[in-house]
Amino acid sequence: MKSWQARLALIPVLVWVVATLSFFLLRAVPGGPFDRERASASREVEAALKARYHWDEPLWRQYLRYLGNVIRGDLGPSLKYRNHSVNDLLGQTVPVSLTLGAMAFGVAMGLGLPLGTLAALRHGGWADHAASLLTLVGVCVPVFVLGPLLILILGLGLGWLPVALWGSWKTAILPTLTLGIYFAARVARWMREGMLEVLKSPHVQAARAKGLSETAVILRHVVPVALVPVISYTGPMLADLLSGSFVVENLFQIPGTGAFFINSFFSRDYTMMMGMVLFYSVLLQVLNWMSDLLLRWVDPRIRS
Amino acid sequence: MNTAPSSPERQALLRFRRNRWAVAGLIFLLLATVLSVFVPWMLAIDPNQGSDSPFTAPDGRHWMGTDIHGRDLFSRVMIGTRISLMVGAVGAGVSLIIGVGWGLVAGWRGGRTDAWMMRSVDVLYALPTVVWVMLTLTLFETRCVGWLSERWPSSIPAFRLAAMMVSLGSVSWLTMARVVRAQVLSLRERPFILAAQSIGVPPVRLMLRHLLPNLVGVILVYLTLTVPAVVLYESFLSFLGLGIRPPQASLGSLIADGASQLNPVRVRWWLLVFPAGLMALLLAALNGVGEGLRSALEPREGDGD
Repeated sequence: MKSWQARLALIPVLVWVVATLSFFLLRAVPGGPFDRERASASREVEAALKARYHWDEPLWRQYLRYLGNVIRGDLGPSLKYRNHSVNDLLGQTVPVSLTLGAMAFGVAMGLGLPLGTLAALRHGGWADHAASLLTLVGVCVPVFVLGPLLILILGLGLGWLPVALWGSWKTAILPTLTLGIYFAARVARWMREGMLEVLKSPHVQAARAKGLSETAVILRHVVPVALVPVISYTGPMLADLLSGSFVVENLFQIPGTGAFFINSFFSRDYTMMMGMVLFYSVLLQVLNWMSDLLLRWVDPRIRS
Repeated sequence: MNTAPSSPERQALLRFRRNRWAVAGLIFLLLATVLSVFVPWMLAIDPNQGSDSPFTAPDGRHWMGTDIHGRDLFSRVMIGTRISLMVGAVGAGVSLIIGVGWGLVAGWRGGRTDAWMMRSVDVLYALPTVVWVMLTLTLFETRCVGWLSERWPSSIPAFRLAAMMVSLGSVSWLTMARVVRAQVLSLRERPFILAAQSIGVPPVRLMLRHLLPNLVGVILVYLTLTVPAVVLYESFLSFLGLGIRPPQASLGSLIADGASQLNPVRVRWWLLVFPAGLMALLLAALNGVGEGLRSALEPREGDGD
């Protein structure tokens, strides 16, 4: 495994690759986004518009300009929301999405870890059955199936919870559950498998033999070791959490980054798309890197 | 256990047959394939044909009810299942070709080639795949659709579907490449490969005749895990409106239609429950077969229960 410094150094390289790829894939499309709307008022207006967005320069200069702006942290103007910059829009939407993501992550861990632990300790008991049921849900009921079903049952059938928008804490319950349950299922499964594996290992027997109480054995010697696979799976899970948040924001009409990203796809808002792609790539990298750091801290074998 | 079966293939088959989930999944998949191919054709109901009876609840005539345009939901769900299965198969096929090729070459050549090829896999791993699928689909829409609509407009839906299958396949080959490469690295040092090399077997023949047969197991296992992933991606994209375009239907877009009809005044549950239920069954079956194959071909301690 690479050192954490090397992985940190990879992030700027990645930003460069993403910026380059998305620039040439999208910006190099024949014709500009201004062509298709309607015939411009006049040649002068069109020229002025192109000059304002530097669309009249050769491609390589546009590329260098974009790269320079990205390094300075400026993602450019949005082509659809003419009065806003991409930074602006990200600034408004990212807090919403991060709140949703963090709460769902909390549900995934808060539900998955205890359930997985209990399932392993009471092998064959009710917690084990509950965990396998949850795992089954996690395997075959993806977010875009679970969300509408939860709306149908909890929101409309029983009338307990509001089913859309983003405001009071009540509106956050269904989206958080939708996103969280799916991932809680995976966490419970990894935790259960990890625990079962560790419970068999000799160091647990040694801990019991020296007379530690069962609680101490579990908390000190089993759980920390069983957490290692869970943490190492967290990185890939976060990527899926991200795509799940697209669905949830779309379904519950939450004004988050995912919803804007989908919209930028439909309105061919190229600068917005590039900005979002960059943002998501960096976010994913940083989160992956953090889970890697955590792994090193928990598992001394990796550090050496 | 009376007579021990001889060949590893027979043993694997026995292990697979003992796994109830896997067998049930396989039967369901075969059934779903046959039904989704033949039923719409036999029913002679055009899944895109509207009628003047929208939102009929399920009855004898429309087994799953009708949608907002009065289209028969049963035949639409069948068409959707067909598209899901097709996307899964073709997408996984694309990922198979790229992944196996990439892994074989990287593992066999080794050295600097290997380092560069695997470094690029690392970089691609770090990118959010969904975002990349969207980018490539945008590229297709802007570059190819305009060109096609001038020459051959009726073929656009087919090309759009093909573009989606290829772009899904082209982001799901990374794990396959890693697994194949690792396997090739360990096979490369085995005596039988050295023997084949020393008698002068040409490299291409060596790869196809000596390496590939030893890779079939791992490739098969990862392939069966790729299929549900691709099916899931397709439905996810279609749910968001980025995949299949109306009036074509896929399970994802049908679920989205059902979700959009959810309102407190009138609950039209059938529009959601049938496509969502079928999606869940399909994923359960695909994963069951995949897991069954994995534990049949790569037996570990404790898998046999």
